[in-house]
Order: sequence, then C-alpha cells, then structure tokens
Amino acid sequence: MWAFLNKLRSPKWFYTISARLQPWFWAAALILIVTGSVWGLAFAPADYQQGNSFRIIYVHVPAAFLAQSIFVSLAVTGLVFMVWKIKIADMAATVMAPLGAAMTFVALFSGAVWGVPTWGTWWMWDARLTSMLILLFLYLGVIALRGAFASRDSASRAASVLAMVGVINIPIIKYSVDWWYTLHQPATFTVTGRAAMPMEMWLPLLIMVLGFYCFFIALTLMRTRSEILRRESSKRWVRELAEEAN
Amino acid sequence: MSLRLQARNLACERDDRWLFRGLDLDIRAGEIVRVEGPNGSGKTTLLKILSGQLADYEGELFWNEQPMRKSRDAFLANLLYLGHAPGVKAALTPLENLAWYQALAGHAPSEKTRMSALEELGLVGFEDVPAAQLSAGQQRRVALARLSLTPRPLWVLDEPFTAIDRDGVAALERRLVEHARRGGCVLVTTHHELTPCAELRRIRLGGGGANAGI
Amino acid sequence: MPASEGALGKEEAVVRAEPRGGLAVAVWATLKRDLLLLLRRRSEVLNPLVFFAIVITLFPIGISPDPALLAAIAPGLLWVAALLAALLSLDSLFRADYDDGSLEQLLLTPQPLAMLALAKVAVHWLLTGLPLALMAPVLGIMLALPAGSYLVLAVSLALGSASLSLIGAIGAALTVGLSRGGVLLSLLVLPLYIPVLIFGAGAVQAAIFGDSVLAHLAILGALLALALIFAPLAIAASLRISING
Repeated sequence: MWAFLNKLRSPKWFYTISARLQPWFWAAALILIVTGSVWGLAFAPADYQQGNSFRIIYVHVPAAFLAQSIFVSLAVTGLVFMVWKIKIADMAATVMAPLGAAMTFVALFSGAVWGVPTWGTWWMWDARLTSMLILLFLYLGVIALRGAFASRDSASRAASVLAMVGVINIPIIKYSVDWWYTLHQPATFTVTGRAAMPMEMWLPLLIMVLGFYCFFIALTLMRTRSEILRRESSKRWVRELAEEAN
Repeated sequence: MSLRLQARNLACERDDRWLFRGLDLDIRAGEIVRVEGPNGSGKTTLLKILSGQLADYEGELFWNEQPMRKSRDAFLANLLYLGHAPGVKAALTPLENLAWYQALAGHAPSEKTRMSALEELGLVGFEDVPAAQLSAGQQRRVALARLSLTPRPLWVLDEPFTAIDRDGVAALERRLVEHARRGGCVLVTTHHELTPCAELRRIRLGGGGANAGI
Repeated sequence: MPASEGALGKEEAVVRAEPRGGLAVAVWATLKRDLLLLLRRRSEVLNPLVFFAIVITLFPIGISPDPALLAAIAPGLLWVAALLAALLSLDSLFRADYDDGSLEQLLLTPQPLAMLALAKVAVHWLLTGLPLALMAPVLGIMLALPAGSYLVLAVSLALGSASLSLIGAIGAALTVGLSRGGVLLSLLVLPLYIPVLIFGAGAVQAAIFGDSVLAHLAILGALLALALIFAPLAIAASLRISING
C-alpha cells in the first residue's frame, strides 16, 4: 500500500504504467459493451409489462451506477490528495468530474426517454431521477468551484473538500428523497442481492455495467495522461518525451 | 528556554512556479530578521509559512528543535503575527477590538492593560471611537497595540510600517530593537529602510532559484 | 531606547512551552464580538427577514390568492423562502473577517479553529435562522396555513435552520477568497440543503394532516447532530484553503 502510494508520487511512473494498462481497458470496454448491447437489445426477452421499451435500462442503469461511483472516486482522490499530497490524485479528479457529470446527464436523459412510454411524460419527480438530478447539481458545483479559483493549488483543495462533503451527503440525500417519494419502483438491480429480473435480462445488464466501468477507467487514464503532460510540461522528462516524438 | 526557529531546505511552489528553493534559516532570540526581495518574490508567503499559516511547503520547520508539525500549539502560543491587513473591525472601537484579541490570546480581560497599550501608541481619546472613523495609520496603530497587549517572544510582522507617520515609524523601530534586546525575536518585511544595528539581519528572496540566508 | 518606558518596562520575552488555556474565553469573546458587530449593523439582520416577507408576498400574486390552494402549498413555500433568506446572508459570514485580516488572526490562535468557527456560525443562526423561525408563523397566517401547524413550523425552522447555517458555512468558507463567490455559494450549498428541506417541510405537512411530527423533528435533530460533528471540521479546513487562495 505504502510502496504503491509512493510510486504514485511520480507522475512519470504513472504515465508509463498507464500507457501499458490503457489498451487492455479499451479492449475490454469495447468487447463488453458490444456484447452487452447486442445481447441486451436483440436477444434478451422483452419485458412482459413494458415490452421493448425496457431495453433502455441497458444504458440507463450502467450510466447511473457510474455517475454515483465517479462521485465517490472524486471524494477518494480528494482525500488522497489532501492527506498524502499526491498530485496524480488531483489530476484524476480534475478529469473525472466532467466525466461524472456527463454520465449523470446520460442517466437523466435516458431516464427521461424511458419515461415517455412508461409514464407518458418526459419527466416525473421519481425518487431516483430526482436524486440523479441533485447529483448533477453536486457535480456542477465541484466543477464550478474548481474553475473559480485563480490558484490551481487552492482550487484542487477546495474541490477535494467539497467532494468529500458531497459524498457524506449523498446517502442522506438519497434516503430523504426516497422517503419523500415512496411510490418509486423497487431498485432494478443489485450486484449482491436477488435480482428481480430473469437471468437472460440481467446478465447482459451486468456485462454492460462492467463495460461502462472499463470504458470509464480507460477514458480516465487517457485524460489523466494528457493532464499530466499539461501540468508537467515544464519538467525535463516531458520535454525529452516531446523531443523523442519529434 | 530560549527561542529558536529553524527552516531546513525550505521550498515553496505555487502553481508550478518556485517562489524560493533550498532556503535554510536559523532564527534565534535577540535578532531582527528582515526578509527582503522584489514584489512577488514570496516575502509574504515565506512569512505565512514561518508563522504556520501555510502548510503547503517542502522542507522542514523546527520550533525549539522540535518539528513544527508536532509543536504547532506551543509555537502559536509564542507567536504574534500582524498581516498586511490590520485585522481591525471597522464597526468596533479600539478597546473592543483589543478585547477580542486579548481573549483569543488567552489573557484575562483587563481594560487597564488595553488602555495602556493604546496609550503607548498615542491613541488616547480615540479608544471609544469606532475604528471606521479612524485614519488608516490610526487603525494600524490599533493593530500594533497588540505588541504590548499580548506579549509574545516571536513577532512576525508583514509590512508593519504601512500608513504610519514618521514619528510612529521611529518609535516602532525602537520598539523592535528593544524587543530583540530583551530576548525576543522579530521577523519583518518592509519597504521602509531599517536603521542598521547589531541585531539586524537580512534575508534576500528573489530570482526563483536557490537562495542564501545571509 | 529612550522612547519606550511605562508598560513596556515590565514586558519580558519569555518563551512558553505550553499554550495558555482558555478555549471557553476565546469562544465566548468571539460570540460576543460577532453579536455586537451584527447588532451595530442592524440592516444586515433585518434584510433576510424583509426578503422572507417579500418572497412570501410574491407567491399569492404570482399563483393565486385562493386560500385553499395557498394552504396546500404553504408549508413548502414557507420553508423554501426561509431557506433562501438564510442563504442570502451566508456570503457575509466570513467575508468581512477575510477582508480586514481578522480571519488570519483567527487561524493563528492556539485554540481549535473549528470551535471558533462554530461560534461564528452560532451567531449567524441566532440572528438569522432563529428570527426567521419566529417570523414564519406570521407569514403562515398570510398563506392561510391550517391551524395546528404553526408551532411545528417555527420549531422545525429553528431546528432545520441551524443545520442550514452549519452546512452553508462550509460553502461560505470555500468561497470567501473569491471576489464573486455569492452565486457560486448558492450552487454549492443548495443541493446539500435538500434533506433538511424535505424533513422540515414534511414536519409541517404532517402537522396539517394530524400525523405525528416527532419522527420528522427527530430526523431534523439527527441531521443537526451530524452537521454539528462534521461541519466545523469542514469549515476549518475550507478556511485554511481560502486564506491561501
């Protein structure tokens, strides 16, 4: 653990290692997402109540999962940055926040589209959609706060604190919104618990979720790498890298 | 116990720019240390690091041979810091302002002490006037009254001469020397040229690279 | 050194090993100072209250003066308007101290910053949240709020606004170093206010329907307890960041 943290102190080490990891995650993401989509969209049986419209679940649920996980990652990287002063953590947080906001938006949008056949309207103040909307605001807050500081060091710290405050609040918000709107559907999918759907339906969903996670990891690695180059552009190893490329 | 503030290989990077690097300091009782350097050379930042406000530095700080991170409370109990801004509330009178500082420093509230501190800085007659009605120089004097209101061995003063008239400057300068002679220690930045004396020592910042404490 | 005699002569530059005690003294002095400051600038205390009244006036004009309709939405309206009014005054919580340099001094006391910040937040609640809570029943009459819920409205607001002050102070501390932090502050803080709003307005609604309000108030109390534990630490950390901005 400590050895790993110490290695993380070196952006150069991360840059090298991530170059090796990145293709694997891209490949896994591609295979999983293609398999999951084809299986889920073409072969999985239609829902007996909702018909084919339920298939949007294969985008909605993975996006919603990812939206929440990324916020937790923001808080974790924030903590790592604040406690151990590891810059890589902050660079990752910088690139993850917009990704998380985008995923939240995808979850919201797919939820709205799903709402048309299900509820007959684009928007219902459904508990999960409402939580998702609040999560989007939390993301926007973190992004805006980071952008507001002139000094990047202060911006990083402030965004880290806000992400940590947010992550403590997310369960509270979720619980209270659920309480507020108790008429929501039971949670569609839990990794550990009993699935409410037959296996032919949730197995492709599981594959999609894994695929989305791989996609997120690959994208984060890629964007963190370019963030490293941007921030370390005055460092010697980056200059040498640029010369080699030329 | 004597007073000793040390910095070893101190460096500060703000937004990818080194303000200073490889700075070694050894500040002891009986010294007036003037931090010099052009605008933007990190004088205020250095003072903030040395007064324990900024934790964002590389290298190590020691207070009386103890690492600063461990002895922060003991260090703060011996420190008096006056920043750029005087820290005087415009809506409060000088007496009320000083009452708060007295309490923050853990001293028993005593109007007599406060009055004599104000008297020393020539603020008698203004003690019950809201600070908003005082001039900038008078407000600075209210802040400077803390030097004798809450006696502390280590003074860290960022531009203390700002807005003060000529007599006030001379008196303050004498005050600094006297504090050093009594076994105190003063760390100061100022554009005002201090009269050379045995206690005075200079540290030059600037250039962004390595610095030498002289 | 001829010029300095008198009080100076007794001064000694002795290094102390231990900090002086007196956290209670420092907290009490901070409470007293902030109360005094706000009482000297009464408009800052009155503005949120006036804002609260004006916003409540806008709703019947914008929606409908029908008492039945107003009564149905009154709990939510009163809570939302009070929440916004409390938010309005948050921006100035640390700003004056930041501008005149007393925040630096607050950070450099040997006392825990979290406790001193808590004292400042307590003053904010005493002079914003509590008056809003006391005023809300009067505005409730204007919105035809059903009888029997007035006490619950005031109690829930008093309890909830303490959480709001604590959570809001985190945002205020994060944005105090920014020249235009006001709007950003609302963006940061409002999503975090939602649980308090839900249970606060829920309590009033429950009182109207004749349900037990104890559960709601208990949850508001629990939220306050959580905020009391975590918020001061977050405020202290945020202030340290802002002072270096």
